Amino acid sequence: MTVADYLRLTWRSVTALWLRSLLTGLGIAIGTAAVILLTSLGEGLNRFVLAEFSQFGTNIVAVNPGRQSTYGASIGIFGIVRPLTIEDAESLRRIPQIQASMGLIQGNAEVEAAHRSRRTTVLGVGSDMPRIFSFEPELGRFLPPDDPQVARPFAVLGSKIHHELFNEDVPLGEKIRIAGSRFRVVGVMESKGQILGFDMDDVVYIPTARALELFNREGLMEIDALYSEGASARDIAEAIGATLTARHGRRDFTITTQEEMLSTLGSVLDVLTFAVGALGGISLCVGAIGILTIMTIAVRERTAEVGLLRALGARRRQILALFLGEAVVVAALGGATGLVLGAGGGQLLRLAVPALPVHTPWEFAAAALAVSSFIGLVAGALPAYRAAGLDPVAALRAE
Amino acid sequence: MIELAGVHRDFVVGGERVYALNGLDLVIDEGEYISIMGPSGSGKSTLLHILGLLDRPTQGLYRMDGVNMTDLNDEQRARVRGEKIGFVFQFFHLIPRLSAAENIELPLMLAGIAPGERGRRVEAVLAATGLTDRARHLPSQLSAGQRQRTAIARATVTEPTVLLADEPTGNLDRVTGAEVIKLLEGLNIQGITLILVTHDPEIGRRATRRIRLVDGRIAEDDREVGA
Ligand SMILES: Nc1ncnc2c1ncn2[C@@H]1O[C@H](COP(=O)(O)OP(=O)(O)OP(=O)(O)O)[C@@H](O)[C@H]1O
Ligand SMILES: [Mg+2]
Repeated sequence: MTVADYLRLTWRSVTALWLRSLLTGLGIAIGTAAVILLTSLGEGLNRFVLAEFSQFGTNIVAVNPGRQSTYGASIGIFGIVRPLTIEDAESLRRIPQIQASMGLIQGNAEVEAAHRSRRTTVLGVGSDMPRIFSFEPELGRFLPPDDPQVARPFAVLGSKIHHELFNEDVPLGEKIRIAGSRFRVVGVMESKGQILGFDMDDVVYIPTARALELFNREGLMEIDALYSEGASARDIAEAIGATLTARHGRRDFTITTQEEMLSTLGSVLDVLTFAVGALGGISLCVGAIGILTIMTIAVRERTAEVGLLRALGARRRQILALFLGEAVVVAALGGATGLVLGAGGGQLLRLAVPALPVHTPWEFAAAALAVSSFIGLVAGALPAYRAAGLDPVAALRAE
Repeated sequence: MIELAGVHRDFVVGGERVYALNGLDLVIDEGEYISIMGPSGSGKSTLLHILGLLDRPTQGLYRMDGVNMTDLNDEQRARVRGEKIGFVFQFFHLIPRLSAAENIELPLMLAGIAPGERGRRVEAVLAATGLTDRARHLPSQLSAGQRQRTAIARATVTEPTVLLADEPTGNLDRVTGAEVIKLLEGLNIQGITLILVTHDPEIGRRATRRIRLVDGRIAEDDREVGA
């Protein structure tokens, strides 16, 4: 028998009871659609979160005060933690692959312009911030590379705070007060929008030393450093560790590389995608049981037919292939329908709710099709083996 | 040539042994026309199943053309069945989803014969059974006589040497039954060995050799020239 013969006979069986085949295929279609839609959402979320995190660039190392143990508790409670200082941040520049480094302080303060005021986030940063976070000023310039210890009282506005305080006016050279201290506006940043709920545009950037003074803090919240493309994150972390340990006399800080964070985050998100996919897989299992049921019924109904085919010289494996083929055709057609439903549903969802990240990876779609055919094969196997194993005389008598 | 020697076939039903064939010896020459008659349960169908390699004797010998059939495995028996044997049943056993021509094509398909050759052979048997203009009809669109003729076409399309018919007229009226018998006898005249199980004495009498089975044994084996 040729493949075309098998296909023709199988197709006749599938279409002879087309409603039954349709409903059975629908079970697989719904399962496949669920898997594709859910993994599309998972994968979309995955990409969204990773994109959010990597928009600052991926060659960033952060140093925070206090040492994180494996369980996340800071041993700083027990030992003495020396604060991270601006000198610490500057010392990192001596490491060859480090291209930029700055100390970071965050606080909230009242910002007053001539006619208006607003309470907002104030970030103390170094003049290297645009380089480190790939975030450029739109008007004027960023904070000048002053001596970080005695930086002049300049401020750069986020685009939103610019509009809140000055409307459309160009504020360059204007004087503002931050928590009562005078600053002069030298630039306005490009709009970056919200990143994981934090509005990057509702921020005023001032020099780190000024922020330390303003918020009356002893140490930095974080040191951010940019290292050259191609350098190993692990080597950089080691070099930073050695430099700061030498300065502090102990390792009382924690180093996090963006790469490390992204890979941890990525694997967490992969597990999430897999978990929602598995959830959809449950409905695929239900579809498989549908195929098993229908094929069991089909074998019982067509027992006499099996006897006839055997009388006409059919081999056992030909009978096996015919019934298996039927299960696979129903499952594969169901899978293809589910693929269209799932991917189409994903696109519709994206049109309806643009904020929702949906991404259908084509390798998933191909896998879904392969998996649904495989399910047909597995679910059809038991009934098909029963059909092939029937005694021809007993089968012929059944009617 | 077919030789059966000391063939037994028994079934165990509910712990009891039922003897369907009970020590049967039979030699059948090529081209014979044999009718098998006998009371219900005497083993007629069982004998046909064994002759057609659908069933095996529990004991005894079966040789066809000098080859011992009892030694063959399932696969080999299927091949011999496909090449040398044609079956016609009381209940036609046509596949309802396939047209007359497709039903007839089935054994050729199963045997792996090329599509072009199949078409030619199907045309030929359709013509021989007078079904050419019914080729595309489904079994449900055919009369009982046409269905049985389709089944006969299917049994002969592989050009078997033996045709086994188990009550082929059992579901047909007298006139249609007679037509079917004519068709089968025509095939016998062309050389096929025809073995026919029937309950109808009138039909049984037509055969050139008449065997009567009782309790799984040959009670009569009559070789008179038929009427
Ligand atoms: N699969 C089976 N299991 C148990 N007993 C069987 C089986 N097949 C046949 N028999 C028994 O073997 C005996 C012969 O059966 P067979 O079908 O050959 O009779 P038959 O002569 O064809 O009868 P009929 O004229 O009614 O068709 C019967 O007693 C029957 O009950
Ligand atoms: Mg019978």
